[in-house]
Amino acid sequence: MAQDPDIVVIGGGNAALCAAITAAEAGARVLILEAAPKVYRGGNSRHTRNFRCMHQGPLGPLVDSYSEEEYFSDLMKVTGGKTDEQLARLAIRTSKECLPWMESRGVRFQPSLSGTLSLARTNAFFLGGGKSLVNAYYRTADALGIAVEYEASVTHLSVDDAKVHQITYEQGGETHRLSPKAVVVASGGFQADIDWLARAWGPAARNFLIRGTPYNRGVVLADLLDQGIEQVGDPTQCHAVAIDGRAPKFDGGIVTRLDCVPFSIVVNKYAERFYDEGEDVWPKRYAIWGRLVADQPDQVGYAIIDAKSLSLFMPSVFPPIKADSIEELATELDLPPDRLRATVDQFNAACGDTSGFKPTELDGVATDGVSPPKTNWARPITEPPFYGYALRTGVTFTYLGLKVDETAQCSIGNRPVSNLWAAGETMAGSILGQGYLAGFGMTIGTVFGRIAGREAARYAN
Amino acid sequence: MQIDLLQEARRQAEICNACRYCEGYCSVFPALHRERAFADGDLTQFANLCHNCRGCYYACQYTAPHEFDLNLPKALAEVRQDSWKAMAWPRGFATLFDRSGVAIGFGLVIAFALLFALSQMLRPAAGEGFYAYMSHAVMVSIFAPAFLLPLVAVGMSLRRYWREVGGTPVHWRDLWEACLSAGRMKNLAGGHGEGCNFEDEDRFSHGRRHFHQATLYGFLLCFASTTSGTILHYGFGLEAPYGVFSLPKILGVPGGLLLCMGTAGLAWLKTKADPELGAPAVWGGEMAFVLLLFAVSATGLLLYAATGTGAVSYLLAVHLATVLTFFLLTPYSKMAHGFFRMAALTREAQVKRNQ
Repeated sequence: MAQDPDIVVIGGGNAALCAAITAAEAGARVLILEAAPKVYRGGNSRHTRNFRCMHQGPLGPLVDSYSEEEYFSDLMKVTGGKTDEQLARLAIRTSKECLPWMESRGVRFQPSLSGTLSLARTNAFFLGGGKSLVNAYYRTADALGIAVEYEASVTHLSVDDAKVHQITYEQGGETHRLSPKAVVVASGGFQADIDWLARAWGPAARNFLIRGTPYNRGVVLADLLDQGIEQVGDPTQCHAVAIDGRAPKFDGGIVTRLDCVPFSIVVNKYAERFYDEGEDVWPKRYAIWGRLVADQPDQVGYAIIDAKSLSLFMPSVFPPIKADSIEELATELDLPPDRLRATVDQFNAACGDTSGFKPTELDGVATDGVSPPKTNWARPITEPPFYGYALRTGVTFTYLGLKVDETAQCSIGNRPVSNLWAAGETMAGSILGQGYLAGFGMTIGTVFGRIAGREAARYAN
Repeated sequence: MQIDLLQEARRQAEICNACRYCEGYCSVFPALHRERAFADGDLTQFANLCHNCRGCYYACQYTAPHEFDLNLPKALAEVRQDSWKAMAWPRGFATLFDRSGVAIGFGLVIAFALLFALSQMLRPAAGEGFYAYMSHAVMVSIFAPAFLLPLVAVGMSLRRYWREVGGTPVHWRDLWEACLSAGRMKNLAGGHGEGCNFEDEDRFSHGRRHFHQATLYGFLLCFASTTSGTILHYGFGLEAPYGVFSLPKILGVPGGLLLCMGTAGLAWLKTKADPELGAPAVWGGEMAFVLLLFAVSATGLLLYAATGTGAVSYLLAVHLATVLTFFLLTPYSKMAHGFFRMAALTREAQVKRNQ
């Protein structure tokens, strides 16, 4: 660009693109600064698959209805009430108009995926997943004349007197400075900065895997918080789930999830069980297992199943470790064989009548006389071959973020920063205090991305 | 079949099966998601169901440089190509697939020399139109076996294919389903009906779908034209040349034009598309095949345009040479895809019906 753009959007995922497109449609000249190279553009949006959407009656791929009240109560359940009601209701109410907005900007939907029927009413699935959504938005952005710089890492925003005066970014070893009229920050959390994670959580975090992009290092977030921009969310917490221990350090995404826990026993490296594997159906429990595994020695767990349970859950990307006896399996998994034998025997002895076993609902098939108990789907592990999966903690996102109001504007002291807005994961802590609701991240990104783009354009024009 | 190609396709299919984001693009993914483990026959079936629309590649979060290094369109294209070789009959001819371009080149030269020599040496004493250069009897004695023998070879290959993918006796409803799918090129429509990703990375377009349909329907019209000529000849004693408003011309001229446009379009798109999302080793052979089909239609139209001029003696030999080469190489060139694709679509319809 010959002259500085009206608006700089920091980040290149869903929220950034929604903000950029909205601002450009309002007539602003927009520049996107994306830290990732083009092939990895899109932040964690690349790994997403759906968007949770309120609707009255069938809408696009969504069946039946999903009311504001039901949506809000689902959210309250997973966050344990740690929710900003005003912003949450704004996101929920606006989600309805987002779906057609997305479609008219190239996003395409598909019916709920096989194995996810429980979401057919609440979540609209992107055809091809989040990367295809990102691709569609970049096409739309290009047609609107939005400039995009890849591998452009923003290092500093000069904030003075409640206003951003300058942006500094590095690209190809050179330092660039821009003075746009307005800035939208949509560059995610800090979970890819392992040092920061370890400072916040403790040294155990060094053994965590990061499920998404390695580019969310929180550089802009840290820079703004250092300058006194209002923060929100527990700085020590992250959303984490138990994933396949063989997953790559970064970017493993959806395929590394393991849904076998309810049909298994899970042991630590000493081959001891540590939690009720059958406490509730998996969609309601997968998020606590990240934390449970993080609390075990070396932050690792092992799910053990037998032949009769293998086909009860979605396949994961890595085949399970397989052996003809419990002892052999233990050896393969590097567990003490006699300890695992004893744990399995003790568990098996505690299993009772399994005739009521129903894999898709809470069946009450429970253990008796073992601690911790398994309160559903408790069937003895007896049928060879036996299978094992290593489990590790996979971090999805961090909660610490920029505090925004209902116009997505950031503030400092008690004043709004006149030309700074935030959208997406970087401000999601303003709404979600803890927990997570599938597809809500994309709702926040879309709703607040559009708001930020609209407000920034209004200011810049 | 080559174990390494199957193994790579299996590795990728297992990743796809754990993700499932691409379920809505085409028929491959619902078929893949039905299984937990993939036998060689399953992979062969997926490979032949895949129309190489590339939607899944551009949507994929795991393409290189990601360590999972997914490129399903390529993995399936390699298995597909290899499966045609493995099913080829007679087996000795399988290597022709690897040298399709060269085979087409040689075929054309030899066929032209043969047909030109015949038209010179055995020129009939009397005859109208192109029968003035080559008698009907000579043409039939060359083209009847050149048409029927390759069909027998294709039939044998399809039998092998059907056994490999575990097919059961065919029901007409499954065939009809396959025809409906191929007739609309449903698998190149992208699931959302906006086409595929081919000539311009992740932009969806109907370019390839429409050019393919022009080629397909153009080919079928030309084939119908020839068939109608045969019927007029034997059934009604009406011999060529046929007038402008005769059935062979009404079918053949639009057919030839469609085939010309379709193949020219496909060749042009192929120069734009990324060869690394197909089987790169056979790019040249595929291109040669598209150009051969173009030559079949273009020389046919030229021959009609040249009626009554001296150019007919050469054009006739050229046109017949392209047709002869096309027929003979049908079981061992890109043309085989049509038969295997129909078999795969029929099998998919069969599996779905029995679900």
